[in-house]
Amino acid sequence: MTTLLPTPKRKDPVKRTRKPSNPPRQRSREAQGLAAMAASGRFALQVCQECSKVQYPPQQFCGSCLSDRLKWQDVGNGGKLLAETTLQHSNDIFFRDRLPWRLGIIVADAGPSIVVHLAEDCVQGDRVRMSLAIDRSGNAAITARPEKPIAREEDDLQLREMAFDPKDRRVLIVDGKTEIGLELAKAFTKAGARDIFVGHSQPWRASIHLDAIKAMDKTTTYPLDVTDTDSVEELAAMIGDKVEIMVNNSYHLRMGGVLDRFDINTSHDEMEIHYHGLMRLAAYFGPVMRSRGADGHHGASAWLNILSAYAWINNPLLGTYSASQAAALSLSQCLRTELADGGVRVVNTFIGPIEDEWYQLAPPPKLVPATVAKRIVESLQRGLEDIPIGAVAEEIIQRLAENPKEIERTIKL
Amino acid sequence: MVKKRQNYDGIAVCAPVTIPYSRYSLRSAQWFCGRSIAELIKSAKIEKNDIDGFCISSFTLAPDSAVGLMQHAGVSPRWLDHIPMGGASGVVALRRAARAIQAGDAELIACIGADTNHVDTFRDTIATFSQFANDAVYPYGSGGPNSSFAFLTDYYMREFGVSREDFGKLCIAQRDNALPVAHAMMKKPLTMEQYLNARLIADPIRLFDCVMPCAGAEAFLVMSDERAQSLHIPYTTILSTIERHNAFPDDPVQFRGGWALDVDEFYSQAGIGPEDINFLQAYDDYPVICFMQIEDLGFCKKGEVANFLSDKDLTVNGNFPVNTSGGQLSVGQAGAGGGYLGVVETIRQLTQQTQGHQVEKAKHGLVSCFGMINYDRGLCTSAAILERG
Repeated sequence: MTTLLPTPKRKDPVKRTRKPSNPPRQRSREAQGLAAMAASGRFALQVCQECSKVQYPPQQFCGSCLSDRLKWQDVGNGGKLLAETTLQHSNDIFFRDRLPWRLGIIVADAGPSIVVHLAEDCVQGDRVRMSLAIDRSGNAAITARPEKPIAREEDDLQLREMAFDPKDRRVLIVDGKTEIGLELAKAFTKAGARDIFVGHSQPWRASIHLDAIKAMDKTTTYPLDVTDTDSVEELAAMIGDKVEIMVNNSYHLRMGGVLDRFDINTSHDEMEIHYHGLMRLAAYFGPVMRSRGADGHHGASAWLNILSAYAWINNPLLGTYSASQAAALSLSQCLRTELADGGVRVVNTFIGPIEDEWYQLAPPPKLVPATVAKRIVESLQRGLEDIPIGAVAEEIIQRLAENPKEIERTIKL
Repeated sequence: MVKKRQNYDGIAVCAPVTIPYSRYSLRSAQWFCGRSIAELIKSAKIEKNDIDGFCISSFTLAPDSAVGLMQHAGVSPRWLDHIPMGGASGVVALRRAARAIQAGDAELIACIGADTNHVDTFRDTIATFSQFANDAVYPYGSGGPNSSFAFLTDYYMREFGVSREDFGKLCIAQRDNALPVAHAMMKKPLTMEQYLNARLIADPIRLFDCVMPCAGAEAFLVMSDERAQSLHIPYTTILSTIERHNAFPDDPVQFRGGWALDVDEFYSQAGIGPEDINFLQAYDDYPVICFMQIEDLGFCKKGEVANFLSDKDLTVNGNFPVNTSGGQLSVGQAGAGGGYLGVVETIRQLTQQTQGHQVEKAKHGLVSCFGMINYDRGLCTSAAILERG
């Protein structure tokens, strides 16, 4: 059974905080293909389209028939652990700080032999289940766990480095006045978060969701208005050095495009909340999170933005909203690189229309907030990076891949 | 019909040179190559320009290749080879050079394996070793060859019932062999207790299973036997050589090397068998690979090496001398020089130029090389049988 995750202690202010370091970053262009699969939670390797041989490590032509028609395809993630070792010595600072480190070599059911980061419960000869994870330097890495899930496998300290499990971590939910905010607080409580900080703005506006949050055990609420730089700075000064998972669920949806609803004020609000809001949060919470990326087993790990799937493609019925989401997505990519040095990863979820008052006119299927929250926590536990949630978001991805001009012309609610 | 391979008649291998090793050096690989050329000239009593061919192996010459080195050395060879095969380079250099001389493309070839070792050299080398290693091994714990060999050793021990004591026997014998060797880095006797209880590096590998990376060079000359005779230098002849890359790619974990593919041809070209070999220089970056060589080169069957060694004394005075100068495990691993060490020691033994570690009546020596853990296994294997000239 996996060793129990040590309970986080109150920080000793005299002790030096371990500085972040990252595992080796350099990868070939071919290997970046693995990162794309890992980001979306797939277990896919290159498969030769002529002879079907599965390739690993990634390469540019088939190691069997020499064809260059290799395609990333989902393959079985089962395999057998052939040999294992526990490193007591490493040439890299990241691993030196975390020794001992377990490794294994697996013969995959799909064919190739694969060197993996190995969970502590795997023993030579065992059947294992591999996953594509993303390591602290942002690169894809393959991990192996026992074939059948075991109790508390998320406690494995080594594999915890490659995910953002909320267990024993402190979470900031930016906006607690929406139903998604409430469902997130519930889901994080269930996932074992240590503390749940919840922001709320506009004190004159009552919210049953916020009231429900206040009634929960692990939550603390704070005033936080992402359109107000002072407000963001104030909260960061208060709890910035405790936030280990940031959940930016800023949300301001108003229907309308450009010609039929020329409304600079609405558009300005959307940009203030979605784009400048992200920028303000990043400016005040980002630096301290980046510096705490290696602060023990519970250090800062993820910055999650809940974005709309219309960040990828403008929906003219939500024209200015889509544009503000695209701006936020673009900025998140900048933030991703800037936080990378601290080993803190930016995660983006992309959701379709949800069941709420603002999406009233959108036809089904619509997402239930509880589903969104559940998927978000699961994705953090798995260490994903780009997470489409719901049928609408999934369909948009497929249509964009198939023909971006088609969806541009025909997208509707 | 398979064309019969030509033999190596008329070829002399001579002038064994070692540039003394140091753990770290401020000198460059170019310097170690230069010292090697100077020592070769001195040892064979020739002029620099008598050498008209060079064969160079080095991990740390960059940004130079063998070409740049020619300008450093002020030589104008008509034949030049750069062999980037790490531990397998020594025998490969030997067989390339021999063929060039037989063909008349060159008359006198210097073969040099040299590397420096600054404090950061080893890390830099393994951090950028190959595309597959960068993508799929180094980011996994950054253990370097230790982690790859830990897998091989773990698998091999379980599969073939080999114990740490079996490996210990070899390491201890090699240390005994190294004691009189002036340039050996490790010259304190090693006990079984020390071996078994040494610091864990990557289980089952412990400290004395690992070579010490250092700076140094190994070199030798290849020429016609007539030339060697006229120079009055003792030499050895070549009975047989083999070379193989990426053998058995479908083995999920390496438990054998290319030698197993070529062993029959190897002895048939030599006209002698394993029983006629007086000593073995086996590539020994880790003991498990020596065990594979003993099997794959036909001294015993796969899986029987522990039993085979049970009545063998592996020291220079024993009944199965292995790595008679202490091998890399005791002498140190001077980068690509490690791939030449076995060849140089074989020449020393067969030409009686040893330092108190002479194998008596040695007539046939087998040297075997192994190199380049590109991803999960060593890709290059080579071997040669040399005979007292």
